[in-house]
Amino acid sequence: MRAVAVTPDPLQLEPLLCLVADGGGHGAIVSFVGTVRDNNLQRRVTHLEYEAYEPLAVKALEQIVEEAGAQWPGIRAAVHHRTGRLAIGEASIVIAAASAHRANAFAACRYVIERVKQIVPIWKHEFFEGGEVWIEGATVNPTDEAARLEAVRRSCA
Amino acid sequence: MRVTVRLFARLRDIAGTSDLARDVPAGSTAADVWRALVMEFPEMARYDSSISTAVNADYAKMTTSLADNDEIAFLPPVSGG
Repeated sequence: MRAVAVTPDPLQLEPLLCLVADGGGHGAIVSFVGTVRDNNLQRRVTHLEYEAYEPLAVKALEQIVEEAGAQWPGIRAAVHHRTGRLAIGEASIVIAAASAHRANAFAACRYVIERVKQIVPIWKHEFFEGGEVWIEGATVNPTDEAARLEAVRRSCA
Repeated sequence: MRVTVRLFARLRDIAGTSDLARDVPAGSTAADVWRALVMEFPEMARYDSSISTAVNADYAKMTTSLADNDEIAFLPPVSGG
């Protein structure tokens, strides 16, 4: 089990929880599971397809976990992202973060998802009743310090 | 020199393929390859201000110079999570 992964296989949270728990001793483990919503912008979503530039996506996830470790020393984080076709309700991303205390565990977990949405080369193709559309979110700039600090700010809100 | 261009999401749809091999002049930058691509596929012009790039699977800048056999990826705005 690796701390970061981009995979077409269904995601499982439990192994990530074990990974960040690292045998225990942390006081808090926080997890996040992103799932496919059945609606978006008044559209009735039927399913999603996620596409990744896999080698760079893996490096980007590793960078994000490193950033979280630098921001909140002592935390342990792990994140897996799914690719391919996902049905409504399936998990597209699972994140786990462990820390001595709950505040940093919550913050690190939130930070990982915020940064994923900023810099990881993964794209969501939304299929809905009556059409399909590529969702386009953030322009990728991994060295944009203002964006990184905005992710930190949201994580501590 | 020859480079491999990797395209994703809407860019892949516009080009009709995820991989293109292109001969470009020595000393070309990522921006040069992008401009040539937009000439070939004018619909891509709307990404001029939002496109990012990676060379050999590492983040790069549009000013990055390319070498023979490099793989250059163009990344439209992302939507993971």
